[in-house]
Amino acid sequence: MGVLTHKSLAAQSHALSETDKQLKLLQEANLTPFQQKLEETGLFPLTTVGVDVFQINVGKMCNQVCKHCHVDAGPDRKEIMTRETMQLCLDAIDKTNCSTVDLTGGAPEMNPRFRWFVEQLSAKGKKVIVRCNLTIIVANKKYYDLPDFFKKHKVQVVSSLPYFTASKTDSQRGNGVFEQSIKALKMLNDVGYGIEGSGLTLDLVYNPSGAFLPPSQEALQADFKKRLKDRFDISFNSLYAITNLPVSRYLEYLVASDNYQGYMEKLVNAYNPIAAEGVMCRSTISIGWDGYIFDCDFNQMLDLKVAAKGQHLSNFDLESLENRNIIVNQHCYGCTAGAGSSCGGTTA
Amino acid sequence: MKTYYDPEDLKKFGKISEFQPELGKKFFDYYGSVFQDGALTAREKSLIALAVSHAVQCPYCIEAYTEDTMEKGCDEEQMMEAVHVASAIKSGAVLVHGVQMMNKYKDISM
Repeated sequence: MGVLTHKSLAAQSHALSETDKQLKLLQEANLTPFQQKLEETGLFPLTTVGVDVFQINVGKMCNQVCKHCHVDAGPDRKEIMTRETMQLCLDAIDKTNCSTVDLTGGAPEMNPRFRWFVEQLSAKGKKVIVRCNLTIIVANKKYYDLPDFFKKHKVQVVSSLPYFTASKTDSQRGNGVFEQSIKALKMLNDVGYGIEGSGLTLDLVYNPSGAFLPPSQEALQADFKKRLKDRFDISFNSLYAITNLPVSRYLEYLVASDNYQGYMEKLVNAYNPIAAEGVMCRSTISIGWDGYIFDCDFNQMLDLKVAAKGQHLSNFDLESLENRNIIVNQHCYGCTAGAGSSCGGTTA
Repeated sequence: MKTYYDPEDLKKFGKISEFQPELGKKFFDYYGSVFQDGALTAREKSLIALAVSHAVQCPYCIEAYTEDTMEKGCDEEQMMEAVHVASAIKSGAVLVHGVQMMNKYKDISM
């Protein structure tokens, strides 16, 4: 594929593959504690408004090694969710009134039990979102029918495309990723994804290729729509503009490029209480590949488990989860900067 | 003072109000209004600012508006085209004075 240019931090035994080292570094920036910022704006403790979304990380295995990946995913990561843990997820979902199950990874499609899991969720009538990296669709013949599979289960496909040019996309996601992403987008369009009136939703995700904040989501969406249509005849529904959070590989990038302090200051200065009020962790729980429960995917990667009675699916306690306070730390500034950031784009 | 320009000074820009609060406030209010979406988008204004930053050769402005244009979704090609616009106007401004030189040359020549 020509995209496997790096090893994960874990495979390199890099210091920042360890969560305690990351948390220590986040404190060292010596900035206003996020908790204090919440207190000053009347938002501490940050509480939940229910469990509407299950975001499930089905594994860290991926065909790409993106420079900004907060999961530190890659082909060398073997941690993937077992069928037993998936069953625990299904049992837990049955105990809630959640509307949406958001599947992420790694490349979730690489989990051999992925299709079975989607079928089960679809049968429950849940809205299923798959965070598809696009290139997986064209990575191997066995994935070529993914667009049809997604269509069959009316899966909402959410895919990263950092820019509408190859240079910016490939600099973040690996050589050749842009070209393969365009091929995959065409395959999705061909079965109706992103096409008006089809009822099949294809959303794209922009995140900055570097140490800067994302642009206005609305303005960028218009630009993406025009450029992708004009240059490649590609259509999609919505664009989410997401801020990079200082976790794992993006944190390593910030340090290595001498942008860490400046970026953190930028996030703190851009703190927006309206964005903080709308953060996604208030209505989401995040499940790790091994069944542990977190407030969000970032807390999951920092191993900050929920402050609730049952921290594992085997002890799932909805009441406790619905009444928990969110665990916060300095990385949370990434979700509250400017117009805010979530897996569904801006929040303010 | 060891250097005339210190990158840390950019963060202190707001402090110019310390010596003259009223005019400082007027300036920053005006500055903020100028860069809002209007008949021109905030992004178009940012690209103009990037070009002008180069024309006036202000290192603070170049740093600020490189980041700002990136945060408005511009790519390197668009940004360099903006710099070329500044360059073309600057060099054009030099060359058009060549007409003045030619006029004077002709005035005092036989």
